[in-house]
Amino acid sequence: MNTNALSAKLLSLANDSFLLGHRNSEWAGHAPILEEDIAFANLALDELGHAQLWYGLHQELTGAEIDRVIYFRDAAEWRNTQFVELPKGDWAFSMTRQYLFDGYENVLLAQLVNSSDARVAEIAAKIRSEEIYHLRHTSNWVKRLGLGTEESHARMQRALDELWGYALQLFVPLEDEAGLIAENVLPDLKILREEWQDKTVAHFLASGLIVPETLTPVVTSRAQHAEHLAKLLNDMQQVARLENFGVEW
Amino acid sequence: MPPMVGAGLSRPTLTDIWRALDEIMDPEIPIVSMVEMGIVRGVKIVRDEKFENDAVIVSMTPTFAGCPALDVMRNAIVEKLSAMGIERVEVKTVLSPPWTSDWISETARAKLKAFGLAPPPLHGGNVQLFFPNEIACPYCDSTNTRVTNHFGPTLCRAIYVCRNCQQPFEQFKAL
Repeated sequence: MNTNALSAKLLSLANDSFLLGHRNSEWAGHAPILEEDIAFANLALDELGHAQLWYGLHQELTGAEIDRVIYFRDAAEWRNTQFVELPKGDWAFSMTRQYLFDGYENVLLAQLVNSSDARVAEIAAKIRSEEIYHLRHTSNWVKRLGLGTEESHARMQRALDELWGYALQLFVPLEDEAGLIAENVLPDLKILREEWQDKTVAHFLASGLIVPETLTPVVTSRAQHAEHLAKLLNDMQQVARLENFGVEW
Repeated sequence: MPPMVGAGLSRPTLTDIWRALDEIMDPEIPIVSMVEMGIVRGVKIVRDEKFENDAVIVSMTPTFAGCPALDVMRNAIVEKLSAMGIERVEVKTVLSPPWTSDWISETARAKLKAFGLAPPPLHGGNVQLFFPNEIACPYCDSTNTRVTNHFGPTLCRAIYVCRNCQQPFEQFKAL
């Protein structure tokens, strides 16, 4: 097996979950209702937990220490999609993003539990049951807001229009992914995308929302970032870099 | 059994260790132990003929992956066993098989309920198809309850309200 290819994949999975968790955490104390404040904090913590597992295996393979990878790498070294680095926007935007991501994770994890790499399969199995709660929660809210008031509907449609092309980047394979697919370490993202698209388009439709017609991702390379990531990292990393881990938390 | 080294020295047995671990409470639900919750998965004593102290390896598994109590739990195990004179303790985190709420013991379920925390229904590993809508109120046992939030004050809890006695309560999530 190509260990470098697997490490690259693990890093991309970890980076996506981590940054989405970070963005979600920005809702703490700001969500429109108390229940959702609590829910988004939970979603954030879950995603950080999932990232930690992927980072852990990445560390096992590469020796790259988790905290160094998170706090001491500049934007150019991150391998997340732009989808997760976009600012949290309004609540409709964050909810739609989380729903699209949950849908992606559910189809992905359903396959990863059968990975020929036992370590990958183990992590996927651990994460999967938690993700069921996420998808259930966000799909309910997509429906509630999509079919809610004129205002909530308009905001959801706007969010979907903006996010859809970015979400498609989640299904762009990495350069060396083909080998891992051939060895059944990873599922084929092309097939997953069809499944995800069928499910999400149907759910949006049932929620009174129309999915944009575009079939091409806004961006395809995970090495390419918007200016949002640098700003986010600047906020997130500055304390660690200032103290260079001289302090005990 | 290997011969004892050092006269009159009694080495903790597996039973002693399990009993001690059963005294460590879950940091987020301090009425049930980590053993009762199914978080402690295994204990192994590595006998060492040269040293008077054996090494002990404890395996534990996280309930939810992002559970912030994991480090507290790990430290609590080391502390507890150190206090028994076991100098070399290793706490290993295992992921497989993933923790399931079905592992929560009967006694722990009763304690959770008495604490006002509705225990998770048994699902036989089929959490995929299983999504409890009817959870019994831990105060009046009515199943006329409704979920108000699938996410609660900790990763493992959901929030419900009892329509019968009007009491809001928390449920330990099925996982």
